[in-house]
Amino acid sequence: MTDMVYGAVPVQAGEPVLPKWWRTVDKWSLSCVLMLFGIGILLGLAASPPLAERNGFEPFHYVMRQSVFGGAAMLAMLITSMMSPLLVRRLAVLGFLVAFVALAMLPFFGTDFGKGAVRWYSLGFASLQPSEFLKPGFVVAAAWMLAASQDINGPPGRLWSFALTIAIVLMLALQPDFGQACLVLFGWGVMYFVSGAPIMLLVAMAVLVVAAGMVAYNSSEHFARRIDGFLNPDVDPTTQLGYASNAIREGGFFGVGVGEGQVKWSLPDAHTDFIIAVAAEEYGLVLVLVIIALYCAVVVRSLLRLMRERDPFIRLAGTGLACMFGVQAMINMGVAVRLLPAKGMTLPFVSYGGSSLIAGGIAVGMLLAFTRTRPQGEIGDILRGRGRL
Amino acid sequence: MIRTPLRPLARILDARQKGENPDVIERENIRQRHEEMRNKTRARAEGRLLVLGLMFFCAFTVIGARMGLMAASEPAEPRHRGGGAVISAQRADIVDRQGRILATNMETHSLYAHPHQMIEPVRAARALVGIFPELNEEKLTKLFTGKRKFVWVKKTLSPEQQQAVHDIGEPGLLFGPREMRLYPNGSVAAHILGGSRFDKEDVSSADVVGIAGVEGFFDKELRDPARQGAPLQLSIDLTLQSASEDVLYSGMKLMNAKGAASVLMDAQTGEILSMVSLPDFDPNSRPHAATQGHPDDHPTFNRAVQGVYELGSTFKIFTSAQALDLGLVNPDTMIDIRGPLRWGKHKIKDFSYYGKELPVTKVIVKSSNIGTARLAQMIGAARQKEFLEALGMFKHTPVELTEASGGKPLLPKNWSELSTMTISYGHGISTSPLHLAAGYAAIANGGRVVEPTLIKQPKPKPGPQVLTAASAEASRAMLRLVVKHPDGTANFGEVKGYAVAGKTGTADKPKPTGGYYDDRVIATFASLFPAHDPRYVLIVTLDEPEVMALGEQRRTAGWTAVPVAAEMITRMAPLMGLRPQVEPEAMAGITLASQ
Repeated sequence: MTDMVYGAVPVQAGEPVLPKWWRTVDKWSLSCVLMLFGIGILLGLAASPPLAERNGFEPFHYVMRQSVFGGAAMLAMLITSMMSPLLVRRLAVLGFLVAFVALAMLPFFGTDFGKGAVRWYSLGFASLQPSEFLKPGFVVAAAWMLAASQDINGPPGRLWSFALTIAIVLMLALQPDFGQACLVLFGWGVMYFVSGAPIMLLVAMAVLVVAAGMVAYNSSEHFARRIDGFLNPDVDPTTQLGYASNAIREGGFFGVGVGEGQVKWSLPDAHTDFIIAVAAEEYGLVLVLVIIALYCAVVVRSLLRLMRERDPFIRLAGTGLACMFGVQAMINMGVAVRLLPAKGMTLPFVSYGGSSLIAGGIAVGMLLAFTRTRPQGEIGDILRGRGRL
Repeated sequence: MIRTPLRPLARILDARQKGENPDVIERENIRQRHEEMRNKTRARAEGRLLVLGLMFFCAFTVIGARMGLMAASEPAEPRHRGGGAVISAQRADIVDRQGRILATNMETHSLYAHPHQMIEPVRAARALVGIFPELNEEKLTKLFTGKRKFVWVKKTLSPEQQQAVHDIGEPGLLFGPREMRLYPNGSVAAHILGGSRFDKEDVSSADVVGIAGVEGFFDKELRDPARQGAPLQLSIDLTLQSASEDVLYSGMKLMNAKGAASVLMDAQTGEILSMVSLPDFDPNSRPHAATQGHPDDHPTFNRAVQGVYELGSTFKIFTSAQALDLGLVNPDTMIDIRGPLRWGKHKIKDFSYYGKELPVTKVIVKSSNIGTARLAQMIGAARQKEFLEALGMFKHTPVELTEASGGKPLLPKNWSELSTMTISYGHGISTSPLHLAAGYAAIANGGRVVEPTLIKQPKPKPGPQVLTAASAEASRAMLRLVVKHPDGTANFGEVKGYAVAGKTGTADKPKPTGGYYDDRVIATFASLFPAHDPRYVLIVTLDEPEVMALGEQRRTAGWTAVPVAAEMITRMAPLMGLRPQVEPEAMAGITLASQ
């Protein structure tokens, strides 16, 4: 019926999967992500040998692992991006349920790897962080609920999704993993904002966040020290942040040269949270700006493509995924340049880490699936959309 | 806004008339209304998505700009790799009373290795052992080829050594600047200065902390940046310290003693001008704490401050001075010295027979134990205790050394009448030579208590008067006689022109198992000079001296400590600018000519 009426839309039943995918997928975002991954391998070559040496492996042990996981992540991303939004939703919700149970079981079966927070399952050959997989699944599930609440006689999806968010945030905060908890909360907030949150409520929430921050500052010494360290203009050069700032300064515009960097020997998290400092030191501002531009391109392009999306579910889910992806990168880099207080967060696709790579691949795959070009309702909408774009 | 009712009556009635289902109209209206609502949400979402996109764009731009700003700025300071915060190690100098350097800092370098940057670790280890023979090649090779990323090799280097390490040409060997503490006079005043070591150290600097002596006591003050490097001025005189160490060392060797101590104190102010403890050490490489043997025999043990000994007959003058002060006797009162004096099971004996009775002056000059014990009986335990406590004999000396608290006097648990009698001649109470010096200073300065100090005092700080000036003067006359009188126990102590006054003391050393050795003594000479206007107190103590003289093994202070003290005064008095008071003799060979 629709095919007959809206035949002008470039969708034909029975079109082969790959050509259809190639025609409709956002090729710009896809290439940006692939480039980010390539940069990640390049930086891994620089940043991970010290870690390998510390742990007694050959220098490029972690680069090899990163390539293997990265390959898997790229595959997952491509396969996911070929799925239809409906299939994505179904699988994501199933995956979300599995990850949710896994997260709930962490206190009983998880391990902390001696880092003080129980966040991982040890699988022998690798470790698994369920919260990484939970995030994309959560976004999809919450988007589904929010979208459903807009239907006539739909369920109270806003309330449900809010309750779910709070449950997950509490579970993450108890690990404790405040970074992921903030990301989840942020993802839901963005979706709620796009789905039409009243402005007054948003203001109230902003006030609440500030108040919560002040309570945390006063009650948690760990948290307070980080904030103090951030507000203090003279950064102690022996902290990770101090090393990172100095590395960025050392690097200058064109870097000190490949393999010449020193910061990777001093920073324990050089291959994860502070990889941007390694990039800045060895390759200079040039590479850093390229990385920032790539993230910016993926996020902004995805959001602009979602603007003309008619389906509320796809719009919300895509928004959530894109924003989470962008905000994670933003926080990571913001910490390194001291725009934000220190918070351990990986740089998606660039930092080392199996779970985060594969989960990131799946998340971006979903995002690509949601931002594919597809028929958009009535002819007027299409015309209006084209006029805008 | 005009809203279409869901069931417009006109259309419903019309439909009913035509026999159609009116619900279709309602459903159609609901669908339209929903469509309208969705369009509205979509328009709003479009706007909000645009806002989000702009926000992200701006945020990323800000981060990029900030990165650019940081990259454009210079690094905070060119720091050594792996370097930490700069530890400011500017430690104040220590100078003597004339401002001569006793302790200062020197720029030096430490040597460390980054094995991962080494090209030929085995060759480097061999070359290093060639430069520093004390290193172990096998151990170094193991460290350099192992997994460690950082290895300290040497804490301090001389410039020659540094050049030699440079010449190895190994990029994995690195130097870190640091300041080290230097004691340019070597072992002179070793026990006073104490020593220091590196505390918090990294490759860019190291903290020097004092661990003993003045360095330990004033550690905080010396490190205080608010001092701005103002030196710490001690009361020590480097020349006197060096001369007294010199003479005391020769005396210790000559008298076959295993240890010796001396204190030279200004009687008015309590300032210590020189203080020696032998054997000593070099504070530039302070020996490690004693692990075997008696800790008192270790070079780092400060005999003058930490060593508490029964100082024997030197205490007699306190007894006689107090007896005079209380008006119980005068210097000529005859005291019954028939012996032995029995008290319970104990017998108090004299060194030899001095007759039936002696005047108080002679009791001191001859050093009669029985006579002094009789005086103590007159004074009584309570008054004796009070007097000795006022002289500071009951607690450790307040001198500014970390070791001072270790020199706590040993007192009888129960101050019985027998204790009173033995303490009157210096047995049953153990004090440090410095305590004794402070006690003699009170006699020398006319009866005022002084607090021994190592810090230069701008002006005398008069302590409480414990003796009248007259009884102090009478006591000094007795002490002068001990040296001057041909029968005096310290007649070897006469130094022409400087009117030495003093008292000997020879105490048997206690056995660690209880009881006393009969062939090991602590020989002490406590002196003050010049007797007519006493300005200085000198205490000399020899540990286990033994000398062959006039065909006899002699251990008493008169034969051992006194000659050493006399030699010290001979050497030091001119250095202090004391003018000798030589009685005018016949001016042999000089004729005064009027033209």
